[in-house]
Amino acid sequence: RGGEEEKEEEEEEEEGCYRLYPGHIPTSPLQKALLAAGSAFMALYDPYRHDMVAVLGETTGCLALPNLRDKMKHHPEGYRILQERPRIRLSTLDMARLRGLPDGTLGREYVRFLEDNKVSPDTRMPPKFVDDEELAYVIQRYREVHDLMHTLLGMPTNMLGEVVVKWFEAIQTGLPMCVLGAAFGPVRLSTRKLQVLATELVPWAIRSGRNASCILNVYYEQRWEQPVESLREEIGIFPPP
Amino acid sequence: MAAALCPCRAVLARRGGALRALCGSVRGLAAGPETHFGFQTVTEAERREKIYQVFESVAKKYDVMNDSMTLGIHRVWKDILVHKMNPSPGTLLLDVAGGTGDIAFRFINYVRSVRERQLQRKLKHHQNLSWQEISESYQEDKSKSLGDSQVVVCDINKEMLKVGKQKAQHLGYSEGLSWVLGNAEELPFDDDMFDVYTIAFGIRNVTRIDLALQEAYRVLKPGGRFLCLEFSHVSNPLLSRLYDLYSFQVIPVLGEVIAGDWKSYQYLVESIRRFPPQEELKAMIEDAGFFKVDYQNLNSGIVAIHSGFKL
Repeated sequence: RGGEEEKEEEEEEEEGCYRLYPGHIPTSPLQKALLAAGSAFMALYDPYRHDMVAVLGETTGCLALPNLRDKMKHHPEGYRILQERPRIRLSTLDMARLRGLPDGTLGREYVRFLEDNKVSPDTRMPPKFVDDEELAYVIQRYREVHDLMHTLLGMPTNMLGEVVVKWFEAIQTGLPMCVLGAAFGPVRLSTRKLQVLATELVPWAIRSGRNASCILNVYYEQRWEQPVESLREEIGIFPPP
Repeated sequence: MAAALCPCRAVLARRGGALRALCGSVRGLAAGPETHFGFQTVTEAERREKIYQVFESVAKKYDVMNDSMTLGIHRVWKDILVHKMNPSPGTLLLDVAGGTGDIAFRFINYVRSVRERQLQRKLKHHQNLSWQEISESYQEDKSKSLGDSQVVVCDINKEMLKVGKQKAQHLGYSEGLSWVLGNAEELPFDDDMFDVYTIAFGIRNVTRIDLALQEAYRVLKPGGRFLCLEFSHVSNPLLSRLYDLYSFQVIPVLGEVIAGDWKSYQYLVESIRRFPPQEELKAMIEDAGFFKVDYQNLNSGIVAIHSGFKL
């Protein structure tokens, strides 16, 4: 027992350098600031650097993430998600079963979305710079639920669709990364698309975002059979234009 | 012991650390002596593997990262190295850990310009020749723009060599350049082959520096020169603090933003701190049999060039 205690003390001394979860990289406040600035610049400069968007989210989320976590804790379904920590990955999803579900159900439409846009849930970056293990899960959950957001909002993965989803997410989560993405994303759009964005899509996204309950409080894995429209109504998302 | 089996994550995490240390020492008994990888302790075999992976992962962004981290100053350091070398046409250079070819290309440029000056001087002496005789002498000299100089780039990492070869093609270097896959601790060359041996920012990544130095001695001709360009120790306390701050706070961030790879650049700054300082390296070079060993600090010791001769 004495030996174990000593070892524990040793570990605690190294607390600053200790990894809280696999993939965790502890960073100083200065490093976080530099990372936030650098990743913001790089994400705008090279939109294909999705890892930079992820890093930006992690380094700027210190206020929004605890907020989200608390919202989850105070909701029965959200609380269950925090306890059970489900992950949306190809290995955990039964793609064949979801594909076999009737049209209009969440599972069927989600698989359709993945196939149409040729994306996979496995490309989401694991968190590195979040200094709390539970908050790291929260941001991971937010990333994995992003594709479901596309499905529920009916938005494709092109630049326009992504911006609309970002507006929705910005209202819902308050993550600075979403706000920045929503504000600066349109920079790369043509004027025609900007018009559609400004007149129809963004107002709808904002209305839905405000009206809807917290999207992280939905246990999607238990609702594959639920029709998308019924789920939209339940959460409070208005039908897409 | 029951506490060790407790499913509580936090406790497991702490236990995990103790278990890892135990496994580490058991592995150590099996896989060879202990050494360092940055600030971690690993076996020699593990270190070689980890370093190989680092360079495999950074190869494509190596040059961009060098420019960003040193604000382009690494180019000046490499220029100084080649100027110090002052190669003449006909020199045979072995550039070890030469990966992306920076030293090799500079060597070729330098030798070419020396050769051009030689030819110009020769022409001046021939001003009394006829036009025909002058154009004939051009034909002879054209085939020797490098004057028989050659550089062999040797690197242990296939990815780095690949990037180097692509660069050479892109920049138009073909003559007098060879690319060889090899380990600095066990070079695939015969004794007494080369006039100059260089290793620029490579010796820090070698696991057994003493072996690399012995190999350098072996493959050099008598009269040959050993040149090593490497990060070293800054003795000025104020500069040292600023340098540490920059190294540990900024460089890994640059690695993450530019190359998407924090860990490799964390390794880089840690490995610089672990590397022997100027005097110690000088002693190691002398131990390998070199004479007239000396070093020149660049930028107050951020980088140092060590030089020695095989006599």
